[in-house]
Amino acid sequence: MNRRTIIILKVAVWLVCLTPLALLVYHGLQNNLGPDPTATVTHATGFATLRLLVISLAVTPLRRLSPRLAWLVRFRRLLGLFAFFYGCLHLLTWLWLYSGFSVAAMLDDIGKRRYVMAGMAAWLLLVPLAATSTTWSIRKLGGKRWQALHRLAYLSAICGVIHYWWIVKSGVRTPITITLVLATLLLARIVWSMRQNIREASVG
Amino acid sequence: MTGAVALGAAGLGVNRVAGILYPRQAVSADAAKLQTVKSPLSTPGLTLTSYKDITSYNNFYEFGVEKDEPAKNAGKMKTHPWTVTVDGLIKKKKTVGIEDLLSFKPIEERVYRHRCVEAWSMVIPWAGYSLSELINWAEPLPKAKYVQFLTLQDQSIMPGLREINLNWPYSEGLRMDEAMHPLTLLTFGLYGEVLPNQDGAPVRIVVPWKYGFKSAKSIVKIHFTSDQPSTAWNDMAPREYGFYSNVNPTVDHPRWSQKTERRIGASLFSQRQPTLMFNGYGDQVASLYSGMDLKKNF
Repeated sequence: MNRRTIIILKVAVWLVCLTPLALLVYHGLQNNLGPDPTATVTHATGFATLRLLVISLAVTPLRRLSPRLAWLVRFRRLLGLFAFFYGCLHLLTWLWLYSGFSVAAMLDDIGKRRYVMAGMAAWLLLVPLAATSTTWSIRKLGGKRWQALHRLAYLSAICGVIHYWWIVKSGVRTPITITLVLATLLLARIVWSMRQNIREASVG
Repeated sequence: MTGAVALGAAGLGVNRVAGILYPRQAVSADAAKLQTVKSPLSTPGLTLTSYKDITSYNNFYEFGVEKDEPAKNAGKMKTHPWTVTVDGLIKKKKTVGIEDLLSFKPIEERVYRHRCVEAWSMVIPWAGYSLSELINWAEPLPKAKYVQFLTLQDQSIMPGLREINLNWPYSEGLRMDEAMHPLTLLTFGLYGEVLPNQDGAPVRIVVPWKYGFKSAKSIVKIHFTSDQPSTAWNDMAPREYGFYSNVNPTVDHPRWSQKTERRIGASLFSQRQPTLMFNGYGDQVASLYSGMDLKKNF
């Protein structure tokens, strides 16, 4: 894939990733965020976080399907950082629109409500990943250790999905799609690493 | 490239947001007017939620779980002819048509606060008369201690029956004294017009001091019993949705706070407001529960 195509694709990814925010700002300025604007903003930022995180996790399994898809890895950091960006906005909706920046209200919520805990865990797990997203960090940590650390992305996504299940009414099954996609990606990794182990064993 | 951007945007849930942002116009052209009279039981001094929000932001799971789905899907429900069966512990089983119900008593306009268990709220000008009028006409036996309400169940028009894991048909219930309370409204309309289908046409109940799910929609059967009837959300998750489900800011839902609520239609930074005990109807209804531990009987 040549440089020009990569640049065009990068611009496209930026545009797609900024679309949810752009729509919120656009409709917010027109006071047109629907009957329940708090819920609109919360859901939009939450969905963007979870979907971007899962898309970023799809990069490696997809790339393994064919050597010709190797270029996909160049987008992984961008997708991951956008996931973190929307995660921060989502957290801000809770701090501001739900808790009114009241520490007492937040502590009460964290202590009592497991969906807040799961969401908080998902966000906290992304913090070290965002902090070590630079090429310098990869060099500093060493590829192996960096990779091990960045497997936390899976844990974060799992926490995110649990957070989603815990906030919908019991009996509602809307989180099923994202759960199945994430499960498939995890399974693909497990199958891949098992095959690698077998290969290494037979070579050895 | 634009196509790819659009596809990606759809993948990120932009479509879903747009669905909330542009609710389909729900006002039907032939919405029939109802003759209404004023009522002393109406709540004064409140700003009404817009007709558009009341009719496009609904929980009516038979027609889908998203808030905009009932307005899109409920149009297929035929509300004429419609009959309500009244049976169980009464003198004689009765079946009554919607026209007879409508002309039975004068239709009053009752502005009530409406508080959903999901922590959002509205102010709705309902139209109906006290359920007690119908109950008196039904002549329940002294043994009757509870009233159960059953909602229409029709697979051919209700996609939610397959998609959502509740015991269908939707069932709700009240203790007899709650059902007989003058605030409990047998409801046929809102904003002086017959109910749009997504709001529970052609007849529903409204119990303003309880969370919204207690107010059964599109009722086909009213059943009098001696024992507490099984009710849909209570069956599904008894720890989360009590039989009483009185609005109570001091008893949180196990998974979220009930101390405050988001007023529908308000702007982003002015939505949050405190939730009132019994949704503000404590003066009228608190005596129904005197001596009861409302933390246990939530």
